[in-house]
Amino acid sequence: MTTFNIVKAINAGLRRAMDGDPKVLIMGEDVGKLGGVFRVTDGLQKDFGEDRVIDTPLAESGIIGTAVGLALRGYRPVCEIQFDGFVFPGYDQIVSQVAKMHYRSAGRLRLPIVIRIPYGGGIGAVEHHSESPEGYFVHTPGLKVVTCADPVDAYWMIQQAIESDDPVMFFEPKRRYYEKAEVDTDGSPTLPLHAARVVREGTDATVAAYGPMVKTCLEAATAAADEGRSLEVIDLRTLAPLDLGPVIESVRRTGRLVVVHEAQRTLGVGAEVAARVTEECFYELEAPVMRVTGYDTPYPASRVEDDYLPDLDRVLDGVDRTLAH
Amino acid sequence: MTVDSTVEPAGGAAASEPELVQLLTPEGERVPDDHYDALIDDIGPPEIRGLYRDLVLARRIDSEAVALQRQGELGLWASLLGQEAAQVGSGRALRPHDHVFPTYREHGVAWCRGVDPARLLGLFRGVDQGGWDPRSTNFHLYTIVIGAQTLHATGYAMGVQRDGAVGTGDPNRDTAVIAYFGDGATSQGDVNEAFIWASVNNTPVVFFCQNNQWAISEPLERQTRVPLYRRAHGFGFPGLRVDGNDVLACLAVTREALQRARDGEGPTLIEAFTYRMGAHTTTDDPTRYRLGSELEHWRLKDPIERVKAYIVRGELADQEFFDEVEAEAEQLAEHLRTACRELPDPGPESIFDHVYVDPPAPLLAQRDEMTAYLDSFANEEARR
Ligand SMILES: Cc1ncc(C[n+]2csc(CCOP(=O)(O)OP(=O)(O)O)c2C)c(N)n1
Repeated sequence: MTTFNIVKAINAGLRRAMDGDPKVLIMGEDVGKLGGVFRVTDGLQKDFGEDRVIDTPLAESGIIGTAVGLALRGYRPVCEIQFDGFVFPGYDQIVSQVAKMHYRSAGRLRLPIVIRIPYGGGIGAVEHHSESPEGYFVHTPGLKVVTCADPVDAYWMIQQAIESDDPVMFFEPKRRYYEKAEVDTDGSPTLPLHAARVVREGTDATVAAYGPMVKTCLEAATAAADEGRSLEVIDLRTLAPLDLGPVIESVRRTGRLVVVHEAQRTLGVGAEVAARVTEECFYELEAPVMRVTGYDTPYPASRVEDDYLPDLDRVLDGVDRTLAH
Repeated sequence: MTVDSTVEPAGGAAASEPELVQLLTPEGERVPDDHYDALIDDIGPPEIRGLYRDLVLARRIDSEAVALQRQGELGLWASLLGQEAAQVGSGRALRPHDHVFPTYREHGVAWCRGVDPARLLGLFRGVDQGGWDPRSTNFHLYTIVIGAQTLHATGYAMGVQRDGAVGTGDPNRDTAVIAYFGDGATSQGDVNEAFIWASVNNTPVVFFCQNNQWAISEPLERQTRVPLYRRAHGFGFPGLRVDGNDVLACLAVTREALQRARDGEGPTLIEAFTYRMGAHTTTDDPTRYRLGSELEHWRLKDPIERVKAYIVRGELADQEFFDEVEAEAEQLAEHLRTACRELPDPGPESIFDHVYVDPPAPLLAQRDEMTAYLDSFANEEARR
């Protein structure tokens, strides 16, 4: 057992993947000598060399586009996008090239690329540093999209993402980077990459969240328990494909569902979860599926971000609203 | 990996360093120049003192903001330390109706445009995302997404062309546009596309690259194998390198480039060769990736010291002048401290302001939902 925070856990996962497969490369802005602005790749260039840990020119389209070429040549690039808001210069390469290559080549070409993105708000940052763009990629067929919420998942999921023969968007909850947990690095992952997980059992309502909001929802569940309400919390973990089995199973018992994410509401992951759960659990639902999310505005200035981001109170408010039905 | 060592180094102080325009040496000696002297022949002692004052005040704005960040009043600050001459020299070359597209570091240019420096703090304090009016200052919002503003500048310049505000010979009409960006930014597609657009359309835009040698932790060599200014030739317009720590040289070359633009002669790339003396931003720790000796090397080229030396040597001012500038800097710092703390915190519902010109009903409904939610707490308080 080793105590890791999420930064260290991903670092250790990357290291193990690089040790295990010489084709694994890391590329991005400041990932080499500096070890990334969050130090996720700290020490990797020193140990694996500049050929495998590449400080790229400052161009996201270039990072993703050359990763495509490297992947075509048999490498497994792990690209770092420095902050969520800076993925967009690389968006065309991701959506038009990375996502479609396997399809267009009738399965002849594979792009085992991982694109790591620290995402989400709550860190008091300036604009473009707090966004939750996962929905754009969930909406894009051909991409797999996952996000970890704790060090154990961070450690295993990054390795599983690198092993994936499909391209994976790997979203890292930056406001949770320094949350610690014990990680058994000798063991093996308890879950496949594309599986949701019940992280707290409960009976009165189901709360589904992912990434940074899992912790918020767990805290909400603790607070709710003090008031005699039992919430089941599910960490979705994988957004594309969505693994709604555990959610549906849970909703069949509780009859109520609240979906929580930082990203803006319209056409977000919550909308898809609500639609699918309604299709599957129409007769078991006691109330409409509620969404507790960011609002449909650009991410605001940091002094008001606490009003934008779902917090414990807003999650409980959502739970109240579903229980009021 | 093999690196072809025959290629000229892209930066640094190597012997093969390409020619750069310099009018004032680091020691404060005026270097006569057949071409550029004429461009600054109006700069007499009062103007030199004015430039010195700008440099000192720009540095003071910056150091005060760094201090405010350390005290927790700002979330972040991007320091211009070391780049004062590049910013003041180019900023003072502008005419009022010229339009500026900055990055996030152009506090010295903002100063030259008459933007109240307190207005710059809002973005970094997190109370707004650009607290000044770009229309009244002709100084656009800070752009954090690297390189994007170079295309905006180019498009703005295309508008200037269509308005017939180029090449008329009327100094009150002919307009130039200037885009600021860093060495790292030159790798972005947007910047290269801006070069192409500007070239093909012969737009009245000046590309002002402050090559401060670093893009966060990445040295210039990660972005280029040739001196940046030479890139311009491939795109089809002139490029030149200027001593970015020499305010006179920066003034001269930018004046010339802006005038070319206004005269309808098209774009110019200026590479202001300078150095980021501080951290990338207040969250950065440069000791992780660069040597202190490099800093020492550049400290000898300080952009303010050389002007001071020039003034003292030429007896262009007395001690009283320097004291006055110091006092003014103190006052400005005091203004920043007070104004920063007085910047109003936005209210929760302000999140919904200005998303659209014409806000759609569902968005307004979300705002009402927030209001009702916040009111529910107030009501709960009242019931207690
Ligand atoms: C599109 C984009 N990618 C990444 C970043 C993160 N970032 C902020 S500043 C910076 C380095 C910029 O270097 P340079 O262009 O040389 O300007 P400088 O900061 O040195 O003035 C990076 C990578 C960003 N702001 N925008």
